[in-house]
Amino acid sequence: MIKVPIRWEERTVTAIQTSSGQWIIPPEATESMNANKIGLKGPLKTPIAAGHPSMNLLLRKTFDLYANVRPCVSIEGFKTPYSGVDLVTIRENTEGEYSGIEHVIVDGVVQSIKLITEDASRRIAEFAFEYARNNQRSTVTAVHKANIMCHIWKCSQLCVEQHDVDEKAQEAIPMVQDPSQFDVLVMPNLYGDILSDLCAGLIGGLGVTPSGNIGENGVAIFESVHGTAPDIAGLDLANPTALLLSAVMMLRHIELYGHAKKIEAACFETIKDGKVLTKDLGGNSKCSEFTSEICRRVRDHD
Amino acid sequence: HLPVGQLYGGRYMVTQIPGDGVGPELMGHVERVLASARVPVEFEVARVDSGSPGRRGLGAAIRAVGRNGVALKGNFESAADATPGHRRSLNVHFRNGLGLFASVNHYRSLEGVCSAAAARRGRSRAPDMDTVVIRETTEGEYAHLEHESVPGVVESLKIITRRRSLRLAEFAFGYARRHGRRRVTVVHKANIMKLADGLFLECCRRVSEGYPEVEFDAVIVDNATMQLVSRPGQFDVLVTPNLYGVVVNNICAGLVGGPGLVPGASYGRRCAVFQTAIRNTAPGLAGRDAANPVAMLLASCLMLEHLRLGAHARLIRRAVLRTLTRDRVRTRDVGGDASSTQVVDHVVRLIEEEVPHRGR
Ligand SMILES: Nc1ncnc2c1ncn2[C@@H]1O[C@H](COP(=O)(O)OP(=O)(O)OP(=O)(O)O)[C@@H](O)[C@H]1O
Ligand SMILES: Nc1ncnc2c1ncn2[C@@H]1O[C@H](COP(=O)(O)OP(=O)(O)OP(=O)(O)O)[C@@H](O)[C@H]1O
Ligand SMILES: [Mg+2]
Ligand SMILES: [Mg+2]
Repeated sequence: MIKVPIRWEERTVTAIQTSSGQWIIPPEATESMNANKIGLKGPLKTPIAAGHPSMNLLLRKTFDLYANVRPCVSIEGFKTPYSGVDLVTIRENTEGEYSGIEHVIVDGVVQSIKLITEDASRRIAEFAFEYARNNQRSTVTAVHKANIMCHIWKCSQLCVEQHDVDEKAQEAIPMVQDPSQFDVLVMPNLYGDILSDLCAGLIGGLGVTPSGNIGENGVAIFESVHGTAPDIAGLDLANPTALLLSAVMMLRHIELYGHAKKIEAACFETIKDGKVLTKDLGGNSKCSEFTSEICRRVRDHD
Repeated sequence: HLPVGQLYGGRYMVTQIPGDGVGPELMGHVERVLASARVPVEFEVARVDSGSPGRRGLGAAIRAVGRNGVALKGNFESAADATPGHRRSLNVHFRNGLGLFASVNHYRSLEGVCSAAAARRGRSRAPDMDTVVIRETTEGEYAHLEHESVPGVVESLKIITRRRSLRLAEFAFGYARRHGRRRVTVVHKANIMKLADGLFLECCRRVSEGYPEVEFDAVIVDNATMQLVSRPGQFDVLVTPNLYGVVVNNICAGLVGGPGLVPGASYGRRCAVFQTAIRNTAPGLAGRDAANPVAMLLASCLMLEHLRLGAHARLIRRAVLRTLTRDRVRTRDVGGDASSTQVVDHVVRLIEEEVPHRGR
């Protein structure tokens, strides 16, 4: 087995309500993140229409993880109707519709506030261009709703002048017709949420799409794009690729490139080989069998 | 129960709003085709100068539609102006002025038809789809309540009300019942917007209880988009608040072959407006005889059905679909090389074969 030089500190993130009614992350988890700066996280369930707010969101807010990076690359050997997809969605993670400011004005009328600030927009646009340059990508597309205002778009237009990267603005249609024309996509929170799932659909589903939440000074939490998948939880059926590739993104983030490469290659080879696959990829292997196969390949690489 | 257009001396009066971009030329195509099928419809044209500061003509257009109860409409240009509150979309104004609260688009894949862009990537068949998207169009994110509270901080209000959510849900389930559709799926984001989308979801659930024969379920908007691209055939009727509807509509249109193909309709209590499902102006195509006329022609068929001119609607629809699928006379966006005029010529020829000219 390759030994990645990592020591894990495990913390649970159950929603805790303070006596004042505020929802918080357990202090042990916060302390650990503050000390270590880097996290790898599993999905957390969010109740619908009531109950505690999204803990995923609270984590992003607490540590100011403002950029959610979700690479979507067609996997060789796994056929979907969409070939040659190689794009990255970069989602603003801290504001927009997710500000969580909602109230009932009078009975039967709810107001929900979407906040967009120029600072956050500039920061995410900067991040997207920086990312494009560092990852040899040539175009940044700002996704927006043209007639609804969008700072990000404005800011990314400004960024073009500073970076040697192209900028475009786009709505969703061409995405399902020819996704290969996209490179880096930058967008506000809600659109990011929606489009990154769409992109996952393009390359074979949530079982294979990783993501990273990145903040200032290297603070980051990596997680798969999918949720808790209650329909398959506990059945040893989940595809571990999404989380493994998230871990790979994490290793790159802490500059363990060699280890990252090995694990990533083992994942892709296993899928390409097609003999041991989880159900979502069209196979009939258990999660544990699929994982063992990946581990075997990692070992063989040594 | 929906209102039906005004009948004057055996002919129906319909307001025509050409709109911007390719809108006016599409109207020209519709007029030619309707004439060839001898449809008893008169258009009352209402032009709106979307570029003028006072939006000259908008009020008159709204009044005309109010009078006739039925309109065929091209889209208005709405500039991507990032200054909040600076320039409200004319289309939203129009909808609000007429109380158009529900938009209905039906996405069906057509035999052997797909977008040229998809074909270039080796997907020469659109996925099998038969999905209706019903979208709320008066509130939500389109309340147009935006302000820059502090410089650099823009606040945009999303409003969801019980009254309008119930109205849309009733409309959607009524539609499902009338059209024999089995399942209605609500698209929402109530895990994050617990109150706003929670209210919308709750209203739909309540209304669904009055429609036991229609199955009811719900899907979170991000998951919905993924499901749409990975298994497009699975949804029957999708009901959405305003903004998610735009996204879902764009994806569905992309899946079945692009904005040039799909017709749509908007309904208010007293009027119905027919237009293309994707409300665009395609400025890049305007004046080049290249826009796909199919979506607007099919929209005119929906309009004729609404006017209870079902036989005319069938005649035209058959000709349009044959032109597209059997005779493969197509514009570029769907992989052909015909001009708009050539497509329309062909449609007219097919219609005239069935409706022989009775003198001049
Ligand atoms: N790792 C995985 N492997 C295989 N299938 C997955 C995986 N993750 C998600 N899925 C599938 O994708 C679909 C959506 O999953 P998701 O986790 O988003 O569920 P969810 O109900 O939205 O949960 P949550 O409320 O926690 O977000 C489910 O059908 C699930 O089975
Ligand atoms: N009727 C049509 N026939 C053929 N192609 C079309 C048609 N309508 C739109 N398209 C194509 O679809 C794409 C998107 O069109 P769209 O009108 O949205 O352009 P746009 O520049 O975004 O205009 P708008 O600001 O009005 O939305 C364009 O490439 C356009 O050429
Ligand atoms: Mg999501
Ligand atoms: Mg989920």
